[in-house]
Amino acid sequence: MTQRKRLSNTQSSSQSKRQPSSLVAQEEDDDATFTQPSTSQVQRGLEKLTPAQIDQKTAEVVQYFLVKDQKKIPVRRADLVKHVVKEYRNIYPEIIKRASRTFDQVFGLKLVEIDAKTHMYILINKLETAEGISPINSPANPKMGLLFVILSVIFMKGGVVRENVIWNTLKKLRVDPGEKHEEFGDVKKLVTDEFVRQRYLEYVRIPHTEPAEYEFHWGQRADIEVSKAKILEFMGQLHEQDPQSWTQQYREAHSCPSSTQASTSSQR
Amino acid sequence: MSRQMGDSHRRFLQIMMVNGIVDEHEARTLYQHCCERHNTQHVPDKLDEFIDIINSKLQPMFMQIRKGMSEDNGQQYYALVNMAETDVTRMSSDYADNELELFRKTMDLIVNTENGKASSTDILNSADTMTTKKLKKSETEHLLNRLVSDKWLSEKRGEYTLSTRCIIEMEPYIRTMYQDQVKVCHICHNIAFQCQICEKPTCGIKIHNPCVARYFKGRAEPRCPACDDFWPHEIPEVRRPHSQSRR
Ligand SMILES: [Zn+2]
Ligand SMILES: [Zn+2]
Repeated sequence: MTQRKRLSNTQSSSQSKRQPSSLVAQEEDDDATFTQPSTSQVQRGLEKLTPAQIDQKTAEVVQYFLVKDQKKIPVRRADLVKHVVKEYRNIYPEIIKRASRTFDQVFGLKLVEIDAKTHMYILINKLETAEGISPINSPANPKMGLLFVILSVIFMKGGVVRENVIWNTLKKLRVDPGEKHEEFGDVKKLVTDEFVRQRYLEYVRIPHTEPAEYEFHWGQRADIEVSKAKILEFMGQLHEQDPQSWTQQYREAHSCPSSTQASTSSQR
Repeated sequence: MSRQMGDSHRRFLQIMMVNGIVDEHEARTLYQHCCERHNTQHVPDKLDEFIDIINSKLQPMFMQIRKGMSEDNGQQYYALVNMAETDVTRMSSDYADNELELFRKTMDLIVNTENGKASSTDILNSADTMTTKKLKKSETEHLLNRLVSDKWLSEKRGEYTLSTRCIIEMEPYIRTMYQDQVKVCHICHNIAFQCQICEKPTCGIKIHNPCVARYFKGRAEPRCPACDDFWPHEIPEVRRPHSQSRR
């Protein structure tokens, strides 16, 4: 399914940036130069602007997030300030507050800061999180189906698995990471790059392995968006087994449902 | 009916953001699904009012769910459009400058033909006259495939037309850019690309194929609604709605 394209000029430069790791250090410097303005600074900034100007800037910020969200790419505060907020940086907290309100009231989305150190934001679907994403209520998207299988394997194996376990599981489902798949294209790239950039998965090198071996964990977005209880329910249906029979997983799935560190960004 | 935006509206909007465009039948099904999902009242013939509520909240974001007709099958479609950008630069987050130039050239070709179609050969030839970085033949072919899968163009037997979504979204741009070339349909008053034209030189009105089908249905002798001359073209059948939808 194609995604909407919208808003362009403001983010074409950031879009082309593939974030090679060498650039990250420099970008963090950019962020360091941005200091959160104080309440009184914001107040003074707002007095100099017309409501229409503030609305316009808020709309640009909203569209920027929506474009990134289509590809599920997290937004860095530094990029947002540099490419969109620009000369309005002195009222940044007010603009983010208004954008959050719009996401909430109009789009049913929640703006969440997933990393307080690098100031990384993602949009979470508020209409789904109540029950969590699952293959049962979103069967239309095959990529999500594949992701769900991988998350299930990781969860059932206690939160971390070596990559060959994932590849073997996928092969059993006739999805071979070594071959080009009709629906997913380059499967290995989808899993180790796209899902990782979207923060659904973490793909990390196991220390002291030579040649390098990798393992998978759940990513931050998965922690927030995906319901572990739903996964157990799914596994139960698959294996015709009572979800409660997986004692440890059942306990984890049903202990404090929102055990995420993510905080709402409405005040940032 | 309440003018407040609820979760049913939000869900509808979210699905529109993913799909970009849906036909009227899909929109109605979606409307019902969203209302049932959030236990809100579903009034079958109030789809447009339901969408108006969403649009009133989208307006400050320069976005809108806009209705338009497919030139291909005459069905109504709903597309989520962005009004912040008024021309093809809206596509620049997904296409390079030279790719956008080729898209503009394709639009030029389509607007300047009588039947609203451009052949792949003509498009490939126009690629030779590009001022930005030239595209190779294979790159142009690949680009055309992408434009079709992103729903900016439609393709049938090697001929390209502007997609319904493209026409709905870019109508204001097309009207200003091609003021002298663009004609509107005599029946529905929307811009017309794929259409029939009155052959009397002093008249020359255009009518969309689906509008022709509806207008002349059941008339013994088709005559031009403007000049009353005989209408010499083959009158297409009125298509049944909900058949295979094309975008
Ligand atoms: Zn018409
Ligand atoms: Zn005539």
